[in-house]
Amino acid sequence: MKKNVALITENFHHYIPPDLAGYKHFGGFTALKKALALSEEDLIERIEDSGLRGRGGAAYPTGKKMRQSKAYQDDIKYLICNADEGEPGTFKDRDLLEQDPFGVLEGMVITAYAVGATHGILYLREEYAHLLELLQGAMAAMRREGLLGQGILGTALDFDMTIFSGAGAYICGEGTSLIESMEGRPGRPRNKPPYTKAQGLYLKPTLVSNVETFSAITAIVKHPQGVFTGYGTQKSPGTKLISLCGNVNNPGTYEVPFGLTLEEIITELGHGVAGDKGIKFVQVGGISGPLLPRACLKMPLTYEDFDAEGLSIGSGAVLVVDEDTDILDFLDAVAAFFKHESCGKCTPCREGNRQLMNILKRMREGTALPSDPENIQRIAHTMKYASFCGLGKTAPTALLSAIKYCPEEIFMRRGQ
Amino acid sequence: MRDRIIEIIGTHGKNQGALIPVLKAVQRMNPRQYIPQEASQLVARIMGLRESEVYEVVSFYGEFSETPRAEHVIKICDSTVCRVNHHRELVDILEHTLGIRVGEASRDGKFFLEYSPCFGACDVAPALRIDDKVYGNLDRDKLEAILEAYRR
Repeated sequence: MKKNVALITENFHHYIPPDLAGYKHFGGFTALKKALALSEEDLIERIEDSGLRGRGGAAYPTGKKMRQSKAYQDDIKYLICNADEGEPGTFKDRDLLEQDPFGVLEGMVITAYAVGATHGILYLREEYAHLLELLQGAMAAMRREGLLGQGILGTALDFDMTIFSGAGAYICGEGTSLIESMEGRPGRPRNKPPYTKAQGLYLKPTLVSNVETFSAITAIVKHPQGVFTGYGTQKSPGTKLISLCGNVNNPGTYEVPFGLTLEEIITELGHGVAGDKGIKFVQVGGISGPLLPRACLKMPLTYEDFDAEGLSIGSGAVLVVDEDTDILDFLDAVAAFFKHESCGKCTPCREGNRQLMNILKRMREGTALPSDPENIQRIAHTMKYASFCGLGKTAPTALLSAIKYCPEEIFMRRGQ
Repeated sequence: MRDRIIEIIGTHGKNQGALIPVLKAVQRMNPRQYIPQEASQLVARIMGLRESEVYEVVSFYGEFSETPRAEHVIKICDSTVCRVNHHRELVDILEHTLGIRVGEASRDGKFFLEYSPCFGACDVAPALRIDDKVYGNLDRDKLEAILEAYRR
């Protein structure tokens, strides 16, 4: 199996954004032309057939989402590109926006056509403010060429987009929190239902998808049927962008076919651990993901293999941590992050993160209580099942996985 | 300050949806990159919002500061990836070179040092941001050269 492929990333380094002519030279906007020649129904079917699942982390089937969105008719329908890539260890969306913004924006226009969206918004995280000018330039170039605005490419499609620049909050990666922040409020998640598909931004139907999902849509429509599904496994077709980072020699964004093992990703793409040290663990999917010990590295990166282990691929972050790192220090960083980023709306998350941090502090200082292992389980269980949104539900994942896979590192500390 | 804020709100509009862009502009116009309480009150009055509605947004988001910072804000990533890539050394160099601790402004009012959650520069960790600009793969020499460039 070829390890590093270029399908979603095929235009990387081929043109200098926002040079629209350069993008067109490499087949840019042929996907949009193909899409506009299809009926909305056929286009959605095409995405369904590709098996594409949302690349932000939740992995919801994209075609299904589009079909559901299409069913909500209104005078205004919003389409939001979620570029609030806040998951620590993840930077593949940044690369997509930086190296091939048109691939993302083209996917948005295609989606707008399929679902009948009238207004597009690219929600750019505050931390990516350095990309603002580039993206504005890309949108302006599209407007000049009739690829945005009234009657796109001479069809009846009216669609334009703007950028909303966030203000720094991890929680805003969650769809309804993102919408709350766009409406000028703190990014606290909304009750669901109603789902954003029915009532999102300003209570209008709103479709929210991740940056990589839009790039994948462009690639799927651009290439003949079967190209995308020619990669990966039957249950996880296509490719995934991986943000490889931590103690590896070659960190970076890699596009891999589903089915590669974590070990292959680390040794062959990442050229192994820096300084030839041993791997202590790998955190997959970002800071909300599990810590996997060496023994798990033979696991293929597919939705089905991860599901079977009760794990998630999440955003596609692969953080390699070498043997020098103290696992309790690492877990403390994770806990501090979640305590900082909890929006405070629900008690399990707000108080749970605080309590887990207190216990971790005791463990690091060697003053853990005999009841602390049980306390962790009790608090984590409450957070996992009673938190209002994904932030609180996934906050204890790293700690629970560390206890599951390396209990001796956690509980057999000096002085305990 | 009042005239500037009226002008900013004139550009962005009075809808609550404009609140974050307005607050960003208000913070940017302040040479010490923060939003004083009087500014929040003015924004609330002019936009027709309650003071609490503005204040909870200012206090919720990481980008906004209620206390004075400095001409340039240095944000050191404090998340897992930069930690395993020894970001502690960066902090030590910065604190030593600038003669301040994290959470303080340098005496010349040039730099403010703060921690930041991950800003997606993990491929070049350890990394920091100075205002909107990201610097990665940092070591002592590189960091000192960068600071020197801002001092000039």
